[in-house]
This record gives sequence, C-alpha cells and structure tokens, in this order.
Amino acid sequence: MNDMSRTETGVNLTDIKIAARKVQVHYGANHAIKDVDVDINDRMVTAFIGPSGCGKSTFLRCLNRMNDTIPVCRVEGEIRLDGDDIYDRRVDPVQLRAKVGMVFQKPNPFPKSIYDNVAYGPRIHGLTRSRAELDEVVETSLRRAALWGEVKDRLAAPGTGLSGGQQQRLCIARAVATSPEVLLMDEPCSALDPIATAQVEELIDELRSRFAVVIVTHSMQQAARVSQNTAFFHLGNLVEFGETSQVFTNPKDPRTESYITGRIG
Amino acid sequence: MSIGLLVIVIVLIAAAGFLAGRARARRASEGDTRALHSLVGFHGQAVFLFTAVPALLLIAVWLLVQPAVIAERVTGLLASERSEGALNLALGDVHRVAAGLDRLVAQGDLSEAAVAGLSVEGTDLRRTLGTAGVAVAGRVRGEVLTAAREYRRLTHLSARAMTIAAIALALAGLGFSLARITVEFRARNVSERFVLMLFIGSSLIAVMTTFGIVASLLVESIHFFSLYPARDFFFNLTWNPQFGGGSSLGIWPLLWGTLYISFVALLFAVPVGLLSAVYLSEYATRRMRAFVKPAIEVLAGIPTIVYGLFALVTVGPFLRDFFAQPMGLGTSSSSVMTAGLVMGIMLIPFVSSLSDDIINAVPQSLRDGSYGLGATQSETVKQVILPAALPGIVGAILLAASRAIGETMIVVMGAGAAARMSVNPFEAMTTITVKIVSQLTGDTEFASPETLVAFALGMALFVFTLMLNIVALYVVRRYREQYE
Amino acid sequence: MTDAAFPPARPRGGSLLEPDARTLRRNAAEARFRLYGVTAIAIAMIALMILLISILSHGTSAFRQTFLHLPIALDEAVLDPSGTRDPAALRKVTTIGYGRLIDRALGEAIAASGITVEGLGKSDISRMVSRQAAATVRSAVLADPALIGTTQEFRILASSRIDGYMKGRVTQDSAARDSNVSPAQLHLADALRAQGLLGTSFNWRFITDPDASELRPEAAGLGIAILGSAYMMIVVLALSLPIGVAASIYLEEFAPRNRFTDLIEVNISNLAAVPSIVFGILGLAIFINFAGLPQSAPVVGGLVLTLMTLPRIIIPARAAIKAVPPSIRDAALGVGASKMQTVFHHVLPLATPGILTGLIIGLGQALGETAPLLLIGMVAFVRDYPEGLPGGLFDPASALPVQIYNWTQRADPAFAERASGAIIVLLIFLLAMNAAAIVVRRRFERRW
Repeated sequence: MNDMSRTETGVNLTDIKIAARKVQVHYGANHAIKDVDVDINDRMVTAFIGPSGCGKSTFLRCLNRMNDTIPVCRVEGEIRLDGDDIYDRRVDPVQLRAKVGMVFQKPNPFPKSIYDNVAYGPRIHGLTRSRAELDEVVETSLRRAALWGEVKDRLAAPGTGLSGGQQQRLCIARAVATSPEVLLMDEPCSALDPIATAQVEELIDELRSRFAVVIVTHSMQQAARVSQNTAFFHLGNLVEFGETSQVFTNPKDPRTESYITGRIG
Repeated sequence: MSIGLLVIVIVLIAAAGFLAGRARARRASEGDTRALHSLVGFHGQAVFLFTAVPALLLIAVWLLVQPAVIAERVTGLLASERSEGALNLALGDVHRVAAGLDRLVAQGDLSEAAVAGLSVEGTDLRRTLGTAGVAVAGRVRGEVLTAAREYRRLTHLSARAMTIAAIALALAGLGFSLARITVEFRARNVSERFVLMLFIGSSLIAVMTTFGIVASLLVESIHFFSLYPARDFFFNLTWNPQFGGGSSLGIWPLLWGTLYISFVALLFAVPVGLLSAVYLSEYATRRMRAFVKPAIEVLAGIPTIVYGLFALVTVGPFLRDFFAQPMGLGTSSSSVMTAGLVMGIMLIPFVSSLSDDIINAVPQSLRDGSYGLGATQSETVKQVILPAALPGIVGAILLAASRAIGETMIVVMGAGAAARMSVNPFEAMTTITVKIVSQLTGDTEFASPETLVAFALGMALFVFTLMLNIVALYVVRRYREQYE
Repeated sequence: MTDAAFPPARPRGGSLLEPDARTLRRNAAEARFRLYGVTAIAIAMIALMILLISILSHGTSAFRQTFLHLPIALDEAVLDPSGTRDPAALRKVTTIGYGRLIDRALGEAIAASGITVEGLGKSDISRMVSRQAAATVRSAVLADPALIGTTQEFRILASSRIDGYMKGRVTQDSAARDSNVSPAQLHLADALRAQGLLGTSFNWRFITDPDASELRPEAAGLGIAILGSAYMMIVVLALSLPIGVAASIYLEEFAPRNRFTDLIEVNISNLAAVPSIVFGILGLAIFINFAGLPQSAPVVGGLVLTLMTLPRIIIPARAAIKAVPPSIRDAALGVGASKMQTVFHHVLPLATPGILTGLIIGLGQALGETAPLLLIGMVAFVRDYPEGLPGGLFDPASALPVQIYNWTQRADPAFAERASGAIIVLLIFLLAMNAAAIVVRRRFERRW
C-alpha cells in the first residue's frame, strides 16, 4: 500500500516526513491529547505553540516514543514516519530514536567530557568505524551546533562545566551527531538567556537544511521567527495547523486569535 | 534509700513544685493571669525543671564517680599487694566478700554488730559466705576482710550522703525557683532556655561517646604498649598468645584474615547488591518492587548472630563437604569462604539499598537524554547512570567494607580461631574482631598483655573503619550535593 | 486507513519495520543485562529462603520436648528418715536420693509393662532420664511435704539423646558410635513410647526456664535471657527516646550552622558506622572498669546498646523533623508562638510517626546485637532470675542473642537445636517490632 502511494504521487508533492492521525494520549485516567492530526514536513521547522499544559510537549514525545518510558502513558492512533507506523509492534523504539533525535527543555549534558557527550550517539549506534571518523563526526556536529570555536581546545573538559547556552548547544550537537532525520526540540530555549536564545534560534534555521525540525515553544515570537508551519494546541486539542504566516496573521479559529493577541494563555 | 526510690522521691518533689509554682504564679497575678508575663504552666514548668534536673544529674555523676573513689581508699588497705594483677584479684575478693556480707545482713543471718566482730580466725568465713551464695576462692585473708568492712562502710556512707545531697539540691532548686515567681518573671524564656540546654546536652552525648571510645582505647593501648613492644605488635608476623608470658602478638595474621574475609564478602555482595539495585530501580515493575524490596530489607533486619549460626550449621558444613574436601583444600567447616559468603549475604541489602538511593539520585533528565539519542536501557545504565553514580557507589562500597571489617559474630562463628596467613580460602583464619572477643572473654588477668592487646586491636579496628567511614561519608555527601 | 489519509512518504535509510543486525545485537545485550539483574535478585531471594528454611528446620523441634510419664513412689525412708517433715531435714536430701527413686520407678514401670530389651544395663535405664528430673521431683516435694509416702504421677524430662531420637536427630547408627547413648536405650525408648510412658509435647519450659549446664541440654530454657533482653530494651527505650528526640530537635531546629554543630553531625554519622564491638570495648572500659558497675548486668548492656543505638535513632528522627514543611512552622510563629512552642505543639506531633518508626527499628537492631554484650560479661552462666525493676537491672542476667551464641559454643548437638529454636524466638520478637513499625507508619502516615 505504501509502496503504491509512493510511486503514484512521486516527488512533486511536499515531502511529508511524519504524518500523525487521530492520536490520543492517556495518562492514567487523564485524556491528555485528543484526536490530533499533524503532518511534519521534511526540511522545514514546525512549531507547536499553546498555553502551558495544553499537551504540546506530550505530543512531541509521542513522535519518538519517549512516552514509552512513562509506565502510565498510553498512546492510540497512528503516527507514520516515512510511511512506517512507529507504534507498530515490530518497531524498536531504540532504532526509531536514532532517526528521530530529541533536545530537551533543560540542557542535560552527561557528566562526561564534551567529546564523549557528542560521541555517545555514534558510539552506541556504531556509526563510525575508526577513531578518525569519530573525531570527524564530533567536529562536524560541534561546528553545526556553532560550538566548535568555543570548545575545540577543551574537548576533554566535562560537559557540565559549560555555560547554560553552551550546554544546550552541546546537547544539540549530541543529537545531531547521530545524523537523525527528524529533530524534536522541547522548549530548547526556555532555560537560556536572550543572547544564547538568539544563537540557538540561528542554529535551528541552519539545521533546517538537513532535517525536519519540530520545536515546542511557549514564545509566539520565537515560533514566528523560526518556523514555517505552526500548530496551535489548546487543552489537548489541535486547534489550528497551517503555515506560520497564515496562523499568526489570519487565524481561522477564534481561540487561536485569542491566544495570539494575549487573551488566553 | 535505694536509687529507684530516691529518683521517685525527687520526681515527686518536682511534681509538687510544679503545682506550687502554678499556684504561686496565679496568686501573684491576683486572679488575673493575663497580667503575668508567662502562662502559669510555664511557671510550674520552670520550678519542675530547676528541682528535678540538677538533683538527677548529681545522682548520675555520683554513681559514676563513687566506685573509683572508694576503690582508691580501699586499695590503701591492701598494702601487701605489690603487682597490679594481684591487686585487681584482691579487689575482686573484697567486692565479693562485701556483697556476701550485705546479703547475709539482708537475710537476717548476721547483724551489723556481728559483722564488725567477724574475724578471719574465729569463723569459717568462706563457708558462711557460701550459704549466702557468694563463692570466694581460697581462705579469706584478714586484710581482705578489713578492706571489705571498709568498703561496706564507705559504700553505705556514700549512699547516705548521696541521698541527702540529692534531696537537699532538689529542695534548694525548689525554693530558689519558687522565690523567683513574680508577675514580671519571664518563666517561659527561662524554662525554654533550660530545655534548650538539655537539648544541647543530649546532642553532646554523641561527642562524649566518641571521646569515651577514643579515651578508653587510647589509655589501655598505651598500657599495652608499655608491657609489649609496639614494634612487635605492628611488624611481627605471628600471633601466638601464651598464658605464662612470652607471647607473640603480631597483628598481621589477624589483619590478613580480616581483609581476606571482607574481600570475599564484597566480591559476592557488590555485584549482587548493585545489579539488584539497578534492576529494581530501572526495570522492575511496581508489583515486583513491592515484593522484592521488603524481602531484601528482611535480610537487613536479621541480626548477625542468626547469620553466624547459619554459617556454623549450614554453610560451613556444606562448603566443606561439597567443595573443600572433594577439591582437597581442607577439612575445616569454618573458613574464610564460609564467613565471607555469609557476610556477603548480610551485606547484599546494605549495598543494594545504598546503591538504590544513589541511582535514584541521578536526575531523570540524564536518562531522557540518553533514551532520546536512541540508547537502550542497559546502555543508558552502563554508560550514563553508573558513571554518573560512580562516586556515590564507591562511597557505598567503602561503607560496606567498613561494615565487613567490623563485623564480629559471623566471623566468630564462621571463620575459626586459627591465626594464619594463607591464600587457601577453605582454611580457617581469624580476624581482629574474633581476637578482641576471645582475649577479653578469656580467663587471663586483665592487666596482662594478652588481655590488653584487645584494646590495641580495637584501636586498630576503630582507626581503620573510621578512616573508611570518613572518606565514604565525604564522597557520598559530595555526590548528593552535586545533584541537589 | 486510506491512501488519502496518509500522504506519500519518502524513505531515507532502512525501514523501521525491519530491525538491522546491530539493533538485534544491542537488544541481545539488553536481554543479557536484564538477565544479570534478575539473577542477582534471585540469588538474594534464594539466600534469604535458605537462611530462613535452615533456621526453621533446625529450630522448630526445640519447642517440643520428650517427657516420661511415671508414677513415682516417694519413699519416706529415703526422703524423710526422721519422719518429722522438718523442712530443714527435707532439704538435706540431695537430688541423688531422688534420682534413686526415679530409677526405681522407671525400672518398675518397665517390668510392669513387660518390656524386655536385649543388652539393657542398669545404668542404661537411669540415663534415660534427664539429670534435671531429680531436681524437678525434689522441688515438688519440698513445696508440698505431704506428698511423701504417696505415689505420684510425674512428668519428667527424658535425657537429651532420647529426645534427639524422638526428633530424628539421633539414630541407631549414631547411637552405636556415641558413648552417651546405647542402641539398647533407643529400643527401650521405642517400647516405652508404645506403652504411652514416653512422648513429646509442647515445651513451655524452653521459653520460661533458665539456662542449664552442659550436661542437661534438655532442661535449658530462655527465661532469663528473655527477661534480660527485656530489661535492656527498657533501659534503651527510657534513655534513647528522650535523648535521641532532644538531640534531633536541637540539631534540626535550633543549632546554628557553625563548626561546633558540624562536629556533632560528623560525630553522629560516624558513630552510626562504628563497629558494634567497639561499643563493647567502651562499655567494658568505662562502665565496668571505671564506674564499677556490675558485670553481666542489664543496666550496663542497656547503656552500651543505648550509645550504639542513639545515632541510628537520631538520623531518621532528624529526617522526620526535616520533612515537616516550613509553612507549618511559619504559621505557628506567625501567631506569636515561641520557637519552643512551635516545636512541641506542631513540629513534634507531625514528626512522631517518623520518629517512632526509626525508634522501633533502632530497638530491633539493639535487641539482636550480640558482640558488645560478649565483652561486658553477659556470656556468664546465670541460673537465678533477676529481681523486679528497678533493682533487677543490676542483677546478673543473660540476653537472647548472647544465649544463642553461648549455646552454639557447647559441644552437645542438642544445644545447636536449642540455639536455632532461640533464634526463632528472637525473630518473632523482631517481626513483631517491625510489624509495629509498619502499623505506626501506615496509621499516622500524612501527606502534604
């Protein structure tokens, strides 16, 4: 079925990386996500916005099955990555997460050296065959995360010794090093100061050239600055999904308008 | 007056003081207790505390110091005893004779006048004392009888003096604190300050305990080293105490046994404990945890004497029959292996609960980071959680090692008594703690090097475990601060 | 799902649905690691099971004891030759005289029931009976001199080897190699049991009687040990509860942060890890040698155990006090209560369950502690019950764990059975205490 659809529609349409249909998430008795349909385009930044507690982070964590680590969490519906249902029984979440990387709200470098932090993913996934190759991956990842210049002389220093902004860029480099196809970012700038935020935003724009990026943010300005598509969540529902410019300038749903103009949220 | 009765009397006086203080405060306020600085209850409380506490403290100190003072006086009467050992024996006789006379008087078999009239020649004192259930070795010498009489006199005198002093002090406190009660008197502040002092005193007991341990170990160790050369103790490779003197008391065979057994125990307990902790905190379902964790805690609650018996009746014979004898490694059921294995079982809950705490202190965000990169759970455990928890785990292992080194009953019952330095784990060896017990519970006289060596061994044990504890507690504390 | 619902996909790399070789390898490693964890837990559980089964299987038989039911003729000619029933004269007859009466009674009973056993000597018959039996009969007679001259039915202890045979510890094979028992005696025991003269029944005296000498394991009991342990626990409770709570309150609520407080805290955490035997040395040096308190006395044991237990009580008590939220203190201070009133009216009641749980667990540890008690002379052989409180605190007594140790050091295997039985008693006490701790925690558990 998938093969057929691929050949039929070919490459002329926009590249849809992840397609989610009728996704429901339950936390025990709490129905956290209701009937969400979203398409994530490849090589674009998609922003999830909405007031806190609206389920945007929960939905993000469904996309690489991070919710599996929470025992009471139950996910229903379908999420397809390149046409494969990621909740299929045959899918190994470990393999999935190698393709769908994640950056968290709070920078969480491992208590290891900067080098080992970045090399962690390539090592566990066996992406490199020699030390020289690994060195190269570490360097390109750090360069891509715009951190190389600051840390190239102290790769053996502990990652926990960096500043907050540097730590978050290290975590991005760490995620990039496994060469994922999708990068999920859960409020990556919420713990950072404005200067570090600007650096990370710039970085996100560059990453777009290689991956699909999904970013959860509580800042509408940030969503407007970095994203091409925007999804607005409210109380577990996806209220509106469309091109960022359209959502911000001409929202179809009154709730979106209220949120954007600051009446709710 | 017996001590129990005396304590009750003082508490009663204080209780009366409480009521009196309350009534006096009420009277001072002329019926309007709002005029008082403090509630009437505080006035009563202040009187109670000032009455009871000093008197009770006096009794405690008196009881602690009295025997030493009396012994000092009685020793003067035992002039003929030259050596310290003989003096100690004679003092023991004095105590026994005095106790026997007390009992005879209490039973009404002997009047006080008759005691004064007793002489060594006239009656068979030993037989008389025997009827009171007091056994005295050999004939009672005149000197001892005189000393015993003096001992009784002083003891009774002291008891009477203590009773009078304690009651007097209680009444003085009562009068003083009652006299202080006025409308302005800040009874709440005073009694709270008093209670705070008691609190401080209570927390000082820990310091005093440490001081007591160090002092008693140090004094008797110095005593030991004055009788036996320190060089031999620390460098001699044989342990062979003799009754008649000429012992070699080298610590090395004991140290070797201690470390060997502890090593075997840790070799067993650390992997088992650590892996159980990892499994319980990272993998186990809630149901499994609810069952396994209490079961492991049961192991922790079992007294070491039970483990000792387990080593003696089950593990020892099993290891001997199925391992040591078929392999030709020995025929002893008590061995390094027996004690080490059982001690290992004892340490499992210790290692696992400490590791559990430490692993749980690793923040969830690190786990998320690792899973988010596509690591499996075991990769996360091995490459992120355990390295992050390493300092804490090292601390836990050091604490477990300190427990193993200081453990007594398991080695007393499972390791054997032979001091030897061998590498065969199926041979019986002995440890520092075993020898402390055997040297101090034996029949040798107290002042001999064979007995006093126990204090030097205790000192070595204390210093050794203290260093381990301090390092371990420091490491664990630093580790916790890192993630707080 | 229809095609329209799912937009076309453009795969890069392999499909997620087919795990690659490396993932399979990694999953195998994962499974192995899980297996290690399960194995570790299994080892711990199996060790616990073997430990408990070993103790229970060795010890339960200690609660049953073999008795002989014999009519014994209390011959006046032996027991009261003068015929005056004068207590002093009656006392003069030793257990040897009573022993003869028992031997005679047993011989008659055997003859009366027509039992014949090959190779049974006269001494074999008398050694069927415990050495304790004569004392039992003697004290019954001294208590009631009117019994003299009558024939009374007595329940007397059989000797430990016969008891062992009834419980399967002694067999015909082992008896052939044992100088203390002959196979003929065992045959006789079988015959007596068939006649109903010999049988086992529940042995209360194991729990109530004092210890007995090396030669009469069948008479040894735990009475003094249980009483001694109880006395020590009273001392520990009376001292460590107030002192421990006071110290915890001071350190948690009042102590300023300075070097002196640090010193106290470091001391407490170190004392909690000092080997227990060191406390025994402390007790020997300070309480016995310096202060001259009597050896083997529960008061000394109680003091030593108090010092040992205090840090182990203070640590959980402090945690319980710390767990009381500061908002409650602020509320009390806000209405003008003094700091001390806040502590006593609000903090302490809320921390009580935590403090009590720690206290009970600490007491449990103290109850099972052996090593320090060995050094302060609690190993001594004690036959006389200590007096009532408080004077009894200064009388010699034993303690449960020490009594267990004591019995393991004796040669007769019958004592090993009693040691295991005593452990069951000890574990029952500990179980009860821990159950109490759980009840306290459940009952007063509070969430904020």
